[in-house]
Amino acid sequence: MEAALDAGLAAQAPGAEARQTIVLSVPSIVCGNCIRSVENTLRALRGVEAARANLTTKRVSVVVDPSVRSTIDLAAALEHAGFPAAPLIENAETEQAARVSELIPRLGVAGFAAGNIMMLSVAVWSGEASDMDSSLMDLFHWLSALIALPAVAYAGQPFFKSALAALRSRRLNMDVPISLGVLLATGMSLFQTMRSSEQVYFDASTSLLFFLLIGRVLDERMRTKARGAAENLIGLRATNATLVAPDQTTKLVLASTLKPGMIIAVAAGERIAGDGQVISGQSDIDESLISGETRPRAVSIGDTVYAGTINCAGTLRVRITAAEDNTLLSEIGRLMLNAEQSRGRYVRLADRASQIYAPAVHVLGLLTFILWMALGAPWDQSLTHAIAVLIITCPCALALAVPAVQVAAMSRLFSKGVIVKAPDGLERLAEIDCVVFDKTGTLTTGELRLETSDGVDVAALGRAGSIAGMSKHPFAQALAKAARAEGIQTRAVEGVEEVPGSGLVTTSMGFEEKVGSAAWVGVEDRNASIWYVAEGKPAVGFVFVDELRKDASACVSELRRAGYLVKLLSGDRRTAVAQTAAACGIEDWTAEVRPDQKLDAIEVLKARGYKTLMVGDGLNDAPALAAGHASLSPASAIDIAQTTADAVFQGDVLRPVIEALSVAKAARRLALQNFAIAIVYNSIFVPLAMAGYVTPLIAALAMSGSSIMVTANALRLRSKALRLPNVGASA
Amino acid sequence: MTSLAWLVPAALTLGMMGLAAFLWALRSGQFDDLEGAKWRAISDDNDRMATESDRSRGDDV
Repeated sequence: MEAALDAGLAAQAPGAEARQTIVLSVPSIVCGNCIRSVENTLRALRGVEAARANLTTKRVSVVVDPSVRSTIDLAAALEHAGFPAAPLIENAETEQAARVSELIPRLGVAGFAAGNIMMLSVAVWSGEASDMDSSLMDLFHWLSALIALPAVAYAGQPFFKSALAALRSRRLNMDVPISLGVLLATGMSLFQTMRSSEQVYFDASTSLLFFLLIGRVLDERMRTKARGAAENLIGLRATNATLVAPDQTTKLVLASTLKPGMIIAVAAGERIAGDGQVISGQSDIDESLISGETRPRAVSIGDTVYAGTINCAGTLRVRITAAEDNTLLSEIGRLMLNAEQSRGRYVRLADRASQIYAPAVHVLGLLTFILWMALGAPWDQSLTHAIAVLIITCPCALALAVPAVQVAAMSRLFSKGVIVKAPDGLERLAEIDCVVFDKTGTLTTGELRLETSDGVDVAALGRAGSIAGMSKHPFAQALAKAARAEGIQTRAVEGVEEVPGSGLVTTSMGFEEKVGSAAWVGVEDRNASIWYVAEGKPAVGFVFVDELRKDASACVSELRRAGYLVKLLSGDRRTAVAQTAAACGIEDWTAEVRPDQKLDAIEVLKARGYKTLMVGDGLNDAPALAAGHASLSPASAIDIAQTTADAVFQGDVLRPVIEALSVAKAARRLALQNFAIAIVYNSIFVPLAMAGYVTPLIAALAMSGSSIMVTANALRLRSKALRLPNVGASA
Repeated sequence: MTSLAWLVPAALTLGMMGLAAFLWALRSGQFDDLEGAKWRAISDDNDRMATESDRSRGDDV
């Protein structure tokens, strides 16, 4: 649509080449009023020619004069109006959308042809029982041919192309028998029409295409929807950067436009937009997405910082560096590349089925021809029977068996907040028997919570919380929150000074009070994370723990009950990991693992015969996510993890992991049931076809009947109550 | 029997018109935003008038 919009404008306005269409993702559009406010906000801007919001995709396309308005202005304007927006990187998504929009007209043509030919065919079939004369029957057959030939040539193209591509690379896929069946049915029908015979199958070939295209359109639509949702999630995590020009002027730019050598300013609380080196300032950096470590790292001039980490305390200036070969990022990139190759070899269920099915069918057809010839039938009659076998076995039910189930499963998971992105992700999820969790941000929420089980000094907490309330540092925020959670009224404190990388200090009460790290306040003990020291009084320590997701231990025990091997692999410190493992009931845990060791651990499990599901959110999990048999990421994960994972789950509970596993397993069971239905259907009708008893009417009924049965069976998944099946339970 | 001479072409023409209408609707973006369309139908948007030129360009693609 965007292309058409451009073209239309170019035709209307001279000099419109200068205009550019920008697509922004705006996930918070949920109603008609949002559409109006978003569009009006954008249209009010100078330089904006047109804006149109799409509620289905949660995107807005804006025609803009790039010399007046940049993408970032648009995003900022929307953000100001209360709609957080992010520009989208297009290419991949538009290709997918193009595939759907190419399929739908074909579906329309196939539907028209199937309907009209069926109308003529019904007349012929009922004519056979009454008194239709043969010239009229011929006329109807010719009319059918007139509709069917162009329709098949146009609507069948996706199947023909895919079949050709498969044959060229010497493989077999489901499209090979489909194309062969459709082409043979159409070709033979044309031949029989010329001979004024009754064996005309135009209705079967067009309705077959119609059914299959419905399946394919639904499949592609679901995939586009999932991919769009996943891109929207990542888009919002992408950051803007404050670029500092040589003349010290600052400008807001997109993180993706940063080049090595540029200098950016990073304020407290901001996400760092690119990898680089600190050239001024000092601060604490929250690197939990990179290393899994929950404690912020102190950085000062000369230290390296990574994209995606959060600057907690002071203002920093960072010089962007190129991705060198020995940086963490490039190492992770290399590890991921190797890990992903093994996954590319996975053969999907439908393709595995077609590798057995296609040769079997073609051998049966050949056998029919030889048998009839051997029995002394004329060659054209033998050929007709052989082709009837191919038509009746044309795998309509088989080709719908998997996609129908997948669409039902994906839409069920989508409504639960699980976005399945990988085309074969569900099939791989169904085979899982071992689940490996990351700790920070996966089993835990990544938020800090005050450990209060040993009792706390309420007076000290109140005072420390009040002081901490003046800062944006994550520990300070957590401390203030903890104080309020204990029912303590926090007060505004004057004259609080923040010492980056150390803590907070104030003298507003007439004596010095410090809230900060142990080393800074001068305490030897390393157990507590934050200390409060009032001059002349003993120091009070506050222990912070990374808060578990509410249902983490329930989910782990459910997985273990069902027989899954559950492991915990974390880059965090031993004590923190041991605590989390104990709280969740995971016996098998490893702490302080580097990204390559996580990858190795997955490979070891694979070598022991386990099909591993990796659940993780950090950069350090990315290689393991790529290596796992299947992988899941929370929506809060770093973008590399999200793009690598087969599926992304939203929300602050861990339940979607179990949901994804049980739906995937149920989907596999239904797909196999569908295969069974298809086989039963074939074992009834193939002997009939071989014996020469199949008429066009029987073929049409059998074909639609089996397709409807398979689809209806798949739809059961939408409402079925599911329970996580035990590992190894028969599928 | 002669009725067939016009009934069949009439039926096919009607069918073709339906198909053409569908393809036109598809191409003109009528199915692009099914969720949004139902909201746009009930919003009595006065400032639509003000941005009439934008709208006509935006809508007729």
